[in-house]
Amino acid sequence: MDNAYDGLVEDGSEERHWAFGTGFTEALTGVDRAVPPLVDHDDLAAYCLMLGDDALVLAQRLAEWCSRAPELEEDVALANIALDLLGQARMLLTRAAEVEGVGRDEDELAYLRDEREFRNVRLAEIDCGPGPGGDFGTTIARLLVFSSWRLALFQRLTGSLDPVLSAAAAKGVKELAYHRDHAAQWVLRLAGGTEYSRERIVAGLALVWAYTEELYVTHPVEAALADAGVGVDPAALRAEVDDVLDTVLRAAGLDRPEVRQVAALAGQAGRDGVHTEAMGYLLAELQHVARSMPGAHW
Amino acid sequence: MSARRVAEQVLDPELPVLTLADLGVLRDVQEVDGKVTVTITPTYSGCPALDEMRADLKESLTEAGYTDVDVRTVLHPAWTTDWISEDGLRKLSDHGIAPPQRIGPRTVGPIPLNLEPPTRRVACPRCGSHRTTELSRFGSTACKALRRCEDCREPFEQIKEL
Repeated sequence: MDNAYDGLVEDGSEERHWAFGTGFTEALTGVDRAVPPLVDHDDLAAYCLMLGDDALVLAQRLAEWCSRAPELEEDVALANIALDLLGQARMLLTRAAEVEGVGRDEDELAYLRDEREFRNVRLAEIDCGPGPGGDFGTTIARLLVFSSWRLALFQRLTGSLDPVLSAAAAKGVKELAYHRDHAAQWVLRLAGGTEYSRERIVAGLALVWAYTEELYVTHPVEAALADAGVGVDPAALRAEVDDVLDTVLRAAGLDRPEVRQVAALAGQAGRDGVHTEAMGYLLAELQHVARSMPGAHW
Repeated sequence: MSARRVAEQVLDPELPVLTLADLGVLRDVQEVDGKVTVTITPTYSGCPALDEMRADLKESLTEAGYTDVDVRTVLHPAWTTDWISEDGLRKLSDHGIAPPQRIGPRTVGPIPLNLEPPTRRVACPRCGSHRTTELSRFGSTACKALRRCEDCREPFEQIKEL
């Protein structure tokens, strides 16, 4: 066989293997997709992008750890968590694309949007390692904050009047619950391990804590959809998330970090498409193949 | 053979000891005027096997003479391991995979934080010993954890309760 890829395709098979994307774009085939009455389509599409981008971008960050985690089991764990988030992102981006109604699909939204069009919170995008931006402790700290926040959000979203959001949230809740437990147990282990491991988790928490305030800022789209019974006002999540984080910190014997929050830019942050420097690099890696070889398959 | 019977016999691509019916992902099969509509549900949001299942169902039904087949996905109500049939649990155990326990409906309110590894006793599917420990909560697929038996010393997989 001259080409290693030839062996992957059965003789005479019409089957194409995807080089990027999924090869199938119907994550929601057969799901009730009626948009609730009186809901602005642009708002709903933007909201699905927000929640979808949070998951897509963190999935990309977690996937960067594959083969580089401190132990083999953790490679598998972080990749599994990334896969759950990617699944959540697929449903939400598919929903965003169909509600938006301009002929884009989930792959186009993931691979062909520019930085300013991404609506994720900045906590999802910051570089927490494995490169120079952080380390395993920082990644665990972010996962704890992110999954605690998203779990509280998704639990409320299960009551959404939008059939896709409520169904996707109901699935996501179970996944986010064990993501949060996994991160919390690691925080305890690192805090109670060696002096050095404790130092690392303390530093990691301090780094990611600077992006927590943004999680509770209500964007006008979120406010409008919360009023319509379709979305969740993130400001309402603070007490519950604080309670969870305090419980973990107390069990780990750690203090809540006191750090200055990273400011918004002229009042704009992730939900408005204003991102940190790390975002451009992240998208370059995420989108490179799709942009340089449009429609590629092998 | 009825379309339902055909669909029920299709195997899960990742756990081929189970049929899609055993696993509980096969929700419904309707046959109206020769058109077959199959409804399935994903186990996890990112389950990469969903497209395989769709293709396998279409192929099996086509081979059985049903040419007009539509496979639909439903997300609600969300799948749980409680949907695995009694038969399915037994087949898993026979195959060396520890089956999940029944979890029942979840109570309302915020999901409690779990700061300890699961303490429940999982029987070794090979020797039956309850002296087993969790090696990794994440295994070869999203739905499995990896454990080891302290008596027969064999590692084994366990379907996690979801």
